[in-house]
Amino acid sequence: MRETTAVDNPIYLDNNATTAVAPEVREAMLPFLGRLYGNPSSIHTFGGQVKAHVDEARQQVADLLGCHPTEVIFTSCGTESDNTAIMSALDCCPERHHVITTRVEHPAVKNLCQMLAQGGRGRPLYRVTEIPVDAAGLLDVPAFEDALDDATAVVSVMWANNETGVLFPVEAVGARCRERGILFHTDAVQAVGKVPTNVSELPIDMLSLSGHKIHAPKGVGALYVRRGTRFSPYIIGGHQEGNRRGGTESVPLAVALGKAAELAKQNLKKQTTQVAALRDRIERGLLENAPDARVNGCRDQRLPNTTNVSFEYVEGEAILLMLDQHGICASSGSACTTGSLEPSHVLRAMGVPFTAAHGSIRLSLSVYNTRQEIDKVLEVLPPIIRRLREISPFGHDKEPAKSKA
Amino acid sequence: MWDYTDKVKEHFLHPKHTGVIERPDLDATVGNITCGDALRLMVKLDEAGRIADAKFQTFGCASAIASSDALIELIRGKTLEEAEGLTNDDIAQYLGGLPEAKMHCSVMGTEALQKAIAQYRHQPFELEDEGTVVCRCFGVTDKLIEKVVRDHNLHTVEQVTHFTKAGGGCQGCHPDIEAIIEKVHGPRAEHVAKARQRRAPMTNLERMTRIQQIIEHEIRPMLQQDGGDIELIDIDGKRVQVALRGHCAWCRVRDFTLKGSIENRLREVVDPQIVVEDVGGRLPEGAP
Repeated sequence: MRETTAVDNPIYLDNNATTAVAPEVREAMLPFLGRLYGNPSSIHTFGGQVKAHVDEARQQVADLLGCHPTEVIFTSCGTESDNTAIMSALDCCPERHHVITTRVEHPAVKNLCQMLAQGGRGRPLYRVTEIPVDAAGLLDVPAFEDALDDATAVVSVMWANNETGVLFPVEAVGARCRERGILFHTDAVQAVGKVPTNVSELPIDMLSLSGHKIHAPKGVGALYVRRGTRFSPYIIGGHQEGNRRGGTESVPLAVALGKAAELAKQNLKKQTTQVAALRDRIERGLLENAPDARVNGCRDQRLPNTTNVSFEYVEGEAILLMLDQHGICASSGSACTTGSLEPSHVLRAMGVPFTAAHGSIRLSLSVYNTRQEIDKVLEVLPPIIRRLREISPFGHDKEPAKSKA
Repeated sequence: MWDYTDKVKEHFLHPKHTGVIERPDLDATVGNITCGDALRLMVKLDEAGRIADAKFQTFGCASAIASSDALIELIRGKTLEEAEGLTNDDIAQYLGGLPEAKMHCSVMGTEALQKAIAQYRHQPFELEDEGTVVCRCFGVTDKLIEKVVRDHNLHTVEQVTHFTKAGGGCQGCHPDIEAIIEKVHGPRAEHVAKARQRRAPMTNLERMTRIQQIIEHEIRPMLQQDGGDIELIDIDGKRVQVALRGHCAWCRVRDFTLKGSIENRLREVVDPQIVVEDVGGRLPEGAP
């Protein structure tokens, strides 16, 4: 085993956690960290010239989403977008006290809803229904339909799951909400840039996205709010963002997000060809070369860049640290890596047996990954699994050659 | 990323003592695959009764594997009498320290050793055989919790979780763990009391309103979806009397509904000491 860590030039397969800033994005934002430091709200030309760039960035994000630029609000991150959308919906429907979400949401939605269910922040108590998923991670649509009632203020259902990549039927969910006049928000942080997200053709009222998942820096996100949707700002302040989010726009980050959105739109096709092919290659290779492995989540309705594989009888953190020795970055839904003592809530909601959940790893690719990198992982990972299984007290009875006392 | 010492990394990446001993004199396994870690310890004694060879198999994270390897480094060449004095702190110290949340890995090491010795001597293994299971998620007994609370002077549930994993799952046993802490350190150890004071106490009126709200707006609609119903009969301090109706009244998971769903929810949102009683079918005493 190679001992040096390749911290500086890793094989980065953790793109659902964060992504590299694209060189074009870095270039685009640099002038706004230098001479173009004006405030876009200023009257003078020096500040005013900056506004044009913010507008352009807004247009670029709108182009990626297939919406009008006035429907895009810049925020500080995906979590702020999620919080803004849900709290706005509740503020706009004060007589309704029911929120519908899913069991597998990102903490940005999940923990917010739990806070609401506990009457946090001096708000009234909300009833929160978390829609279950099946063993393949697919949404239980009948359960969702049953959960809708006259008290429902907002439905928040993620577009794509960050751990498994499984896609939810946002079009069908949105359609049912629209029929009943219920606001629909989708956390599309993982979906945007990986699958087409043309909101103008879909019954979506609000959509969250995050910059650092699409090769912009951390610290910027956006919230799409369909024109005509009732809205109440989350951050109270000046008249920025059409009175919908107070605070001077972070111009460099907004410009970066715009550029990243433009690149994401150009690269969308590559996701279903190049990225998906590499993902399929690594998945197939792992299943062929490591026995007792399984893919978590429906393989047909999934993001093109994500695979979540469980290796029985071994533990995820141990796998990750051994991969780390080879400069390979991945993540895991195992208990030891989450810092809690239970495996990820997503795998548990899917009913993945604990034995498999503990040994789960997620590989998430980007357009920057190469076939050489994938082949390197395929060379390194199966021996790691074999090594950890040698150390493990479990699973030996399946291999008669190595009989256990 | 966990903040592991170089020594932990070394023993994780290059453990010296993994493997199987054929016909070992001592052989014990603690933990299990569902809990996320397990350690099998095998020991061979020489004629003088010293530990001639020992090997382990471990399923778990880096610190679990490193702790197992360290355990064997520390017990080799010792008699069982010498080895049984080993504490989990010895293992952690040998490794140059473990992150607090990973201390349970070192506890697993000493547990395996103690269990192996107890079995070898045909004695009951006190921590597993004699205690009652407090944490059902991870199968941790009151004996083990009491031991770590005493040995390590622990004062909070979170600390107990770091050392034993107990309470790290559904959290239903938190009141029981607190009771054990109080048993060891006397009633309401000072900072535990302080921690509780931070949460402003609810007035009786607030508590009753909240219970009513939750039952009416949350639990009732849930039960009604399944053809059941619930009626709030009375609230007496932290005792909540309800009557399950409809399907719920004769449902075979009635107790689960009562304790698992309703009581847990009220404990979570209103007060951890809430007790829910089903008085369905009969009215409380003194009612007309």
